[in-house]
Amino acid sequence: MKWLKPALLTLLVVAVYVLHQDFWNWKRATPLVFGFLPVGLAYHAAYSVLAAITMAVLVKFAWPKHLEDAGRE
Amino acid sequence: MTPILVILLYLVLIAFVGGIAFRRGKTDTEDFFLANRSVGGMVFFLSIFATNMTAFAILGSSGQAYRQGIGIYGLMASSSGLVIPLTIFFIGTRLWALGKKFGHQTQVAFFRDRWECDAIGTVIFGLSAIMLVPYMIISIMGGGTVLAQISRGSGAAAPLIPYWLGCGVVAVAVTLGVFLGGMRGTVWVNILQTSLFLCFGAVAVLAIYKALPGGFGHYMAALAGDAKTRFLVTRERMPPQAFWSYTLIPLSSIMFPHMAIMCFSARKVTAFKQTVVLYPLAILLIWLPCVFLGVLGVAALGKVADPDGILLSMLDKYAPVWLAGLLGAGIISAVMGSDAHQVLALSTMFTKDIYQHYGGREKYGEKAAVYFARAFILLVTVAAYLIALSLKAKQGIFEIAVRYAFSGFAAMAPIMLAALFWKRSTKWGALAAALFTAACLLYFAVLQNSRHPGDVIWQIGHGKTALKLLFVNPRGDVSFWNGFMTVVPMVFGSAFCMAAASLLTKAPSRATLDKYFGNAGLRRELDQWVPPEQSQSVPQKESEFVH
Repeated sequence: MKWLKPALLTLLVVAVYVLHQDFWNWKRATPLVFGFLPVGLAYHAAYSVLAAITMAVLVKFAWPKHLEDAGRE
Repeated sequence: MTPILVILLYLVLIAFVGGIAFRRGKTDTEDFFLANRSVGGMVFFLSIFATNMTAFAILGSSGQAYRQGIGIYGLMASSSGLVIPLTIFFIGTRLWALGKKFGHQTQVAFFRDRWECDAIGTVIFGLSAIMLVPYMIISIMGGGTVLAQISRGSGAAAPLIPYWLGCGVVAVAVTLGVFLGGMRGTVWVNILQTSLFLCFGAVAVLAIYKALPGGFGHYMAALAGDAKTRFLVTRERMPPQAFWSYTLIPLSSIMFPHMAIMCFSARKVTAFKQTVVLYPLAILLIWLPCVFLGVLGVAALGKVADPDGILLSMLDKYAPVWLAGLLGAGIISAVMGSDAHQVLALSTMFTKDIYQHYGGREKYGEKAAVYFARAFILLVTVAAYLIALSLKAKQGIFEIAVRYAFSGFAAMAPIMLAALFWKRSTKWGALAAALFTAACLLYFAVLQNSRHPGDVIWQIGHGKTALKLLFVNPRGDVSFWNGFMTVVPMVFGSAFCMAAASLLTKAPSRATLDKYFGNAGLRRELDQWVPPEQSQSVPQKESEFVH
């Protein structure tokens, strides 16, 4: 099952990349999130947080640990 | 007057920082260009973020949001928030390791060694330098324009700091900072810059919120309710093809020489960890207020003469005067921060990839290389300043060049990916991809300047059923099939050239492949391999060795 972790992480990155194309918000201005943020803008603000979470997951589970050796040489 | 005083104070602070960096510096190129590969943790994040953060990101984003609406955030910011950290994670960390292991200080040095070819490095160096220079010139132009704008008091016809002086102030400040401090000074200035920006957004939004009668919601609802302005709070006028195409543009980031060189300067690879996680959040903190205030400006101020100055106009009207000064200092600092990195990167490349590579080190020694680099910095900044003055009227051409430079660097990303991850890639593949990119840049730039909106350049078939492959869209931008941006054919075409030419030509030597991809597989094969003539006589058990 060595392939499972890379496959799941690849799927995560692809899914997050696809989620950037929020066609369902294209023509929507409302609701105004927090009373002032148009929904399309609020979605992409939340998307930035999702991108940070995705990167945190990659750092945790796919960090290229072998590269750390280069610093010790 | 207050904004100018704040900016002047800031410039004095920058000069002070450059002076300290100078005193702490040594006289070898690794220290001057890479701060001795000692940039760590949070400093690395703040600096690499500032490297990518230009004045155009601040003024340009709010100006574009004023014109096109909230879609600008998704178009330029949120996609960068994913793609740039991904490139830093996958490419930046590998570049850092190769730099540590083999002493590379530029990506050109890596390409030369990886593909056992001097010429490929020189071609990529030339292409990168050509794409970087307009960016540098426009930074100085931007600095001059902003200083003139800020120093023009309300109602005054002539600015306190005219354009020529503003450009000069930026050029001198950048030259002094880089000339004295090298990478160390540039990095320290970047820390100031990013910290300033990260604080600015929230403070500006709060200040304007307090001063704006009715609150933000009232204005946004008004924009959404009016058929003429509704497009600003939706993306109904933004082609989905362009929106997707833009997700390829951030691939350019890691290919910009100053960005790649920054990756070499990290002390430990672990510095990349917090950088990739914090990067999207920093983009959110800086871009969201700028885009939001740009759109809000339509409702609050109506039609303005210069949309790129909308943020300054909003602050002018609704915020205390010191905040406008802080923004001015932030903008000037962004101009100088990115310009300093570009100047330093150009100087690093010229010194390492041309001067030292072609015999300068053997002839004049290591110390002379730092003098050469400093002389080059002086020369290039003076040239950029003179061009910024003499070609002010042609700023549009430089803007187009910069726009295409992003597509060009994005199209070079397949070269880097192949060098790092594809053993079978060859110098011929890299050359084909680089030449394809250069040809596209030239061709599209010529079309952009010579054709008019609506012109069709390539099409299949005739009449209404014709398939337009290349045309100029109503906004005057060259577009690819169905409205995609030219970055799409450039990136995929470059990847195809890289793959096809590599497969048709001979792979690099076994020694080079082992050097870059390790020889674990080879060692395993050798361990298991037994010569056929000896295999019969090889002792099978330990006891057979005992006589």
